[in-house]
Amino acid sequence: MEKTKLITRPINWNKIEDQVDLDVWNRLTQNFWLPEKVPLSNDIQSWETLRPHEKKLTMHVFTGLTMLDTIQGTVGATSLIPDARTQHEEAVITNIAFMESVHAKSYSSVFSTLTSTAEIDEAFRWSEDNPHLQKKAEIILGYYNGDDPLKRKVASTLLESFLFYSGFYLPMYWSSRAKLTNTADLIRLIIRDEAIHGYYIGYKYQQALAEESTTRQEEMRGYTYDLLLELYENEIKYTADLYDEIGLTADVKKFLHYNGNKALMNLGYDPLFPKDECEVSPAILAALSPNADENHDFFSGSGSSYVIGKHESTTDDDWDF
Amino acid sequence: MFDVVYFSSISENTKRFVEKFGLKTVRIPIKTDEAANFVYEAENVLVVPTYGSGEEKTTVPKQVIKFLNNPANRKHVKAVIATGNTNFGSSFGLAGDMVAQKLGVPLIYKAEILGTPDDIETIKERLEQLWLTR
Ligand SMILES: Cc1cc2nc3c(=O)[nH]c(=O)nc-3n(C[C@H](O)[C@H](O)[C@H](O)COP(=O)(O)O)c2cc1C
Ligand SMILES: [Fe+2]
Ligand SMILES: [Fe+2]
Repeated sequence: MEKTKLITRPINWNKIEDQVDLDVWNRLTQNFWLPEKVPLSNDIQSWETLRPHEKKLTMHVFTGLTMLDTIQGTVGATSLIPDARTQHEEAVITNIAFMESVHAKSYSSVFSTLTSTAEIDEAFRWSEDNPHLQKKAEIILGYYNGDDPLKRKVASTLLESFLFYSGFYLPMYWSSRAKLTNTADLIRLIIRDEAIHGYYIGYKYQQALAEESTTRQEEMRGYTYDLLLELYENEIKYTADLYDEIGLTADVKKFLHYNGNKALMNLGYDPLFPKDECEVSPAILAALSPNADENHDFFSGSGSSYVIGKHESTTDDDWDF
Repeated sequence: MFDVVYFSSISENTKRFVEKFGLKTVRIPIKTDEAANFVYEAENVLVVPTYGSGEEKTTVPKQVIKFLNNPANRKHVKAVIATGNTNFGSSFGLAGDMVAQKLGVPLIYKAEILGTPDDIETIKERLEQLWLTR
């Protein structure tokens, strides 16, 4: 019997099949950063102004985030490699996986800068004992280890674009109150990375989905909304567990709805949560993206926020005028 | 009413967004040389996705720049709408700010990814208003 000969192909970056692979590779590598670049020690004074329960909350939130980055770096991203459509996609995924490990490590940098070994140990113990955090990991890992490539992509996109946000809320909240602002800078770098990860995995999902039968497409749509709701239910409990004491649960929920909708959009689906359940407090949005509100007042006439000449002209020679 | 001239990359988020406006839509070609030769001479609103993420030079897709380098095209753009994602921080929808500033026309909205039903409603109202007062 003749054996089929397996041919190993070296990756050729001079022959691109999907332009998105190259564009995303370029952007991710340009965005490369390390926690050592962020002056976290400038937050030491600010950290000392937090009350004990606020410190503990912050540490729990950050170990929760570390958990997700750990999963995504070691299991999630790499589980997408066998289903990659191009070799360039495989390479992009290795970049994503590595950056997840950078993200995970950066929380440890925050901890070692701001707190003691005893507190760090307590927080990591908490992450192992918290049922909602463990449940979140269990649901996601179930799909990562499953045998449906499309479902893996959906689970991955929901992790990148939805599951992180119960945690990201807190540093944005501190930042809006002028606390832990350097840590917030670091978190914004992570958020930017996750935005590209969610976009890219969601894009690859939509490409693969387009080749499936209508029945399968409908099945996947149903599955996506179901999984989002399953994760959401658990997120609500996780959120209450963390934020009830500080009185922020209601606002965090809105942030979850807002990001849940965006995760769906990354997968090509319509938003699920209605507008009035997504109205995150403006201070949080401003902390997230400082000029997000700029155009909102244009027609209401309340202020000069609609500005034509606000942005400095670039010296880009592509422009002819 | 204005026509909608837009650019959208292979991921086609912006394409799906503008199709909800209920207006005539015209897409700027993805191939840069085709975009440079593309002419559209009816009053329109230009919808542009943001591709900066920290890189100033790529913020406005080069196809849009090529399209606007033709004065005949520039003349008919009456307003700008940007798409993007707030998770890109301070560069959220920045392509819209840059193009509006270059053209001296209003940036009337920044929407995220595919836009929500509420975004579409607000955009329709604003376009209506702008159309009546033009
Ligand atoms: C590599 C990359 C960089 C991006 N940079 C930004 C940015 O700087 N600001 C922003 O608001 N959105 C940014 N986005 C989000 C896109 O503008 C958004 O996904 C948009 O819907 C893409 O439209 P399209 O699919 O029609 O090309 C970026 C997306 C990618 C993939
Ligand atoms: Fe990450
Ligand atoms: Fe990620």
